[in-house]
Amino acid sequence: MTTEELLRQLYDQTLTGNGPAVLDLTRSGLAGGIGPETLLYEALIPALEEVGARFERGDFFVPEMLIAGKAMAGALEVLRPLLAETGAESIGTVVMGTVKGDVHDIGKNLVNIMFEGAGFRVIDLGVQVAPEKFVEAVAEHQPDIVGFSAFLTTTMPMFKANIHALTKAGLRDRVIVMVGGAPVTQEYADAVGADGYAADASAAVVKAKQLIAGRRSAALPA
Amino acid sequence: MHTTLRSATREVVIGPDRPFCVIGERINPTGRKVFAEQLRRGDLSRVEIDVAQQVAGGAMVLDVNMGAPLADEAELMSAAVRLIQSRTDLPLCLDSSIVGVLEAGLAAYQGKALVNSVTAEDERLEAILPLVARHGAAVIGLPNDEQEIPEDPRRRLELAGKIIDVATGRYGIPVEDVIIDPLAMPVGADTSVVLRTLETLDLLRERYGVNTTLGASNISFGMPDRTALTAAFLPMAAAAGLTSAIMDARSPELVRAVRACDLLLNRDEWGAAWIAAHRAGAAAATAGP
Repeated sequence: MTTEELLRQLYDQTLTGNGPAVLDLTRSGLAGGIGPETLLYEALIPALEEVGARFERGDFFVPEMLIAGKAMAGALEVLRPLLAETGAESIGTVVMGTVKGDVHDIGKNLVNIMFEGAGFRVIDLGVQVAPEKFVEAVAEHQPDIVGFSAFLTTTMPMFKANIHALTKAGLRDRVIVMVGGAPVTQEYADAVGADGYAADASAAVVKAKQLIAGRRSAALPA
Repeated sequence: MHTTLRSATREVVIGPDRPFCVIGERINPTGRKVFAEQLRRGDLSRVEIDVAQQVAGGAMVLDVNMGAPLADEAELMSAAVRLIQSRTDLPLCLDSSIVGVLEAGLAAYQGKALVNSVTAEDERLEAILPLVARHGAAVIGLPNDEQEIPEDPRRRLELAGKIIDVATGRYGIPVEDVIIDPLAMPVGADTSVVLRTLETLDLLRERYGVNTTLGASNISFGMPDRTALTAAFLPMAAAAGLTSAIMDARSPELVRAVRACDLLLNRDEWGAAWIAAHRAGAAAATAGP
């Protein structure tokens, strides 16, 4: 199989969420001398981008997104140590969690898949995450982005509590805060002082990349 | 066991030998950006349309949720309850996780309302059940606690038991006024979730015999042809013991599915209601434009 054929197959199998095939192709690609970055950036990531685009258009449905994400995660387990060795720069790190009092996790999980699919490192804190847990995780992992998810109007106020906790810990300026969930709006995100909001998982990745690029260029010496 | 809900002038009885109770889900701004914005401005005109459509569709109780971001939910709840009760005599299901909003709704309500909802968390039980008892309302109990939404039906049964025990033992709420939600989760995220819901229903019926309800639309979240999925789910759930559902009462397919259940599960003697609905439909078609 040529490199091109292998990448094409890896893309196709990731798109359709065939976990075992994705793992096989990843391993045989590596054995055949294809670099981990090539596999990631020329097959896996484009496949997940297509999954996200189809989901957004209504052509793909939740199970298809979950299974594609799972297939990609299997390949990433193999690739991650190798990518670390080559010193490839990660696009960014995201700490993610559903806020305290809220146990809804499907939306958050879809967002995680799209972030991983775009090459981010995702640290998922799960559901019912208290402000102090977010603070701990931000201090420990120093992510580019921390994401708060809420599905209820009654748990949305935790966004503000979380941001306040970050401020109190002196970490607010060191991390980009993104918020989302079914009842959340841009207006609400602005009102609580978040840096970013997106209406769905694909849009969240686009927004995150913009925010990170903005911050990195702002950090450059004039 | 019979749960009786009332408006000022009408009574609705929920029970395993009664017609399946259709609780209309529509008056809820979640996922409805325009409606949420209207509510934030205090504009309740859309509520009147939602009421009319659900009543026409066959709702027997109406759920009322005013959870719009950045809105004064308590004031909206109180205003919505007054408005809705001036437009229909159906009993209402007051839906909020904010205690003050439930309190405002109950204060404005005439009759015996259904409170949606309390969980098995101690803090929630202590905040909401006294309110339910004081107003003589009925309440929906969700079997999840501080830690988790349990996957295991037996654990859900245990938490349901805790809610029933606290409601009846500590607050003197009659057991028939506690309706348990066996928890309906999206089948698109995990194809085994409906089986767990059905098993929970079965356990609840056997152990407590209480009435049950669930958010039927949750099942099909993230899947295509949602109505067909929900229409297949409701009869399965009804056969497993479900006695009501918070559902889209505007959908003829769904309402017809539960009315068919009434007949098929021997709750519609001689099929009289089924035949009457057929005649009404035929008459409306003939009289149509």
